[in-house]
Amino acid sequence: MSLLATAGVYRGLAVLFQFLDSFAFLVLATVGLAIIFGMMGVINLAHGEFILVGVYGTALAFHGMPIPFADAALPGLPLPIAMVVGVLITVVFGVIIERTIIRHLYDRLLDSMVATWGLGLVVAQLLLISFGSSLDSISTPMGNVAYGPFTSGVYRSVFLPVVSVLLLGALYLLFTRTEFGVKARATIEDPETARAMGVDTDRMYVMTFALGSGLAGLTGALYAPALGAITPDRGSIFLVEAFVAVVVGGPSVIVGTLSAAGLLGFFNAIVTSQYGTFAGLMAMLLVAIVLLRLLPDGITGYVEKVRQRRRAEQ
Amino acid sequence: MNDRTSTGRRSFLAGAGALGIGALAGCTGALDGDDGPAVGVLEDRSGNFQLNGTSKWQATRLALEEINEEGGILGEEIEIIDPDPQSDNERYQELTQELILDDQIDALWAGYSSATREAIRPIINDHDQLYFYTTQYEGGVADDTIFPVGSTARQQLGAVAPFMADEFGDDLYIITADYNFGQLSADWVNVMADENDWNVVGEEAIPLDETNFSSVINNIQEADPDFIMSMLVGANHENFYDQRDANDMLIPIGTSTTLAQGHEHIRYEPDAVTDVYAGVSYMEEVPGEANDEFVETFYDRWDDANYINQEAYNNYFSVYMWRDAVEEAGTFDQQEVIEVLEEGVEYEGPSGSIELDGATHHMTHNMQVAHADDNHDISFEEVGHIEPTFLREEVEGGEGIDLREQSLQTQYEPGDVYGDILE
Repeated sequence: MSLLATAGVYRGLAVLFQFLDSFAFLVLATVGLAIIFGMMGVINLAHGEFILVGVYGTALAFHGMPIPFADAALPGLPLPIAMVVGVLITVVFGVIIERTIIRHLYDRLLDSMVATWGLGLVVAQLLLISFGSSLDSISTPMGNVAYGPFTSGVYRSVFLPVVSVLLLGALYLLFTRTEFGVKARATIEDPETARAMGVDTDRMYVMTFALGSGLAGLTGALYAPALGAITPDRGSIFLVEAFVAVVVGGPSVIVGTLSAAGLLGFFNAIVTSQYGTFAGLMAMLLVAIVLLRLLPDGITGYVEKVRQRRRAEQ
Repeated sequence: MNDRTSTGRRSFLAGAGALGIGALAGCTGALDGDDGPAVGVLEDRSGNFQLNGTSKWQATRLALEEINEEGGILGEEIEIIDPDPQSDNERYQELTQELILDDQIDALWAGYSSATREAIRPIINDHDQLYFYTTQYEGGVADDTIFPVGSTARQQLGAVAPFMADEFGDDLYIITADYNFGQLSADWVNVMADENDWNVVGEEAIPLDETNFSSVINNIQEADPDFIMSMLVGANHENFYDQRDANDMLIPIGTSTTLAQGHEHIRYEPDAVTDVYAGVSYMEEVPGEANDEFVETFYDRWDDANYINQEAYNNYFSVYMWRDAVEEAGTFDQQEVIEVLEEGVEYEGPSGSIELDGATHHMTHNMQVAHADDNHDISFEEVGHIEPTFLREEVEGGEGIDLREQSLQTQYEPGDVYGDILE
């Protein structure tokens, strides 16, 4: 009996680590998309490619970036510094895209989807032309924890979940406790009034988009050593799950991302461990469909509605 | 099974494809005359299969360019028509139609995945197009005008699975990509396990877009097999190897898909593919002077190429096989070229001699087991020639098929013969 109980504990731990892995992936894939969608009404279907820019920036910095038009390369950087380079490159890339394409698309939901979809294809193709069909991969650092017959990689199952929770906390502070946060929220809520109060709304849009891009770049940088193959078509693996999580989570960035990633990650881990990966994916999508049938505005949309009803009753 | 009755209809259709009139005159080759002979090359240089497809495209071009430099075939230069199908099966279908109807190609090389092959097969059949499919695949395609010259699952897995069982023990765990190639390959491993009394302690089919293998790895650890048989496919599934390394899961892996196609031993840092054993018919590292020369020629032509994969090699030799057949036939007429190929062809290539089996359109390949060590260096264990026995000796109640005598457009599956084992 005690042997059985121990085996059960080990199994439980394995499922817990699977959940954390899945949760971190959902949070990190989603958060940049959620900020741009939640605050600017733009669905950025090139979000996967923004993440990919972060992956490529990190991998190229880590392995040594080739110098254009010269048969030489810069020396490779240590992984943490390479990750910072990856994030910075994505921010610069995001700002350029915002100034040239996205700023014409604010609050034009369908137009923004079509334009960013095309942008995603262009970026993937440019990466292919510039860097070939694949880059050398980076091994996942940090080793693993062993328990009973199982092991779990520390980087994916412990480090990334911790980073994703810290990141959500930092974003909460940024939007509630800083001047930038207040101005950004004011711009989103009512740009006319914000402008009348002296807020440079144009600048706020750029900065918010840069923040969203930076978060995509961070996701790319963090997954560069946990992604296996680095090929130009890998942006798509992030987009579908991020898109589902944003729709399920609803317009509130932090609570929405947290609740959607928690819920979807939970069902994914439980069903996957019982019935395999295919069933896990199906379960996640079924949960999303059922939730959207019951809560058409997502989880946070529903929470907001309840809150407003209560206020009206008082 | 769609048996057809006469070669008369076949040549009529071929003629119709060449604007019809030529069939009456009985000389489709002459019809192509205006533009000269042309071949279609549809290999993915973008999209999901670009990594493997680019190498195939490069090798096909190399062979055709070499032939043109030597004066072409039958004194005519070969036109190469090679748009990028972008790993998109619908685009493959459109391009195949175009190549056959508008460009009137004399032979076609096309496609990486089995799903692609199946997407264009009806078009190939409608027009009796001579078609070389060169990827290693699940096997079983018996089709009048199709030459699947890559090694089959029976050959690749038949080389590596017995080796694994001999070396490591009888308990195995199967992980495979969840589509026709993966499912049928898993069936083959099950058939071999039954024939050899190995124990399949677990089996899992994984969707092609899955990238998180934590539960798969936990399931394997719990089942504790002596070795894993992996038929994972594509860039997403490569995550498995990296996560296996991060989890220190040192169980050796036998595979038909890794190393020889996506050169993971070069793209990944050690120890990602340590102790991966692949059943292969060719790898760039195969030792020997002839191969060294081939590798050098290839990189001279494509100095930015990543790797010469097994499929690329198949493309290369099958172009030469086609050239020899055309020259022997004395015409580009596809039916006559097929008849020459069906006499059986031996080819002495950079990695040794191989043979086309006329009855089944498949190759007898010289198989090896490639092993990646903890430094990702590759060594080989020679297995020897493995014949395409499934179609020749196992299907049709053990009678086998002979495409020279019967007209078929079917794909046999392991379940057709070993249904009772696989239930």
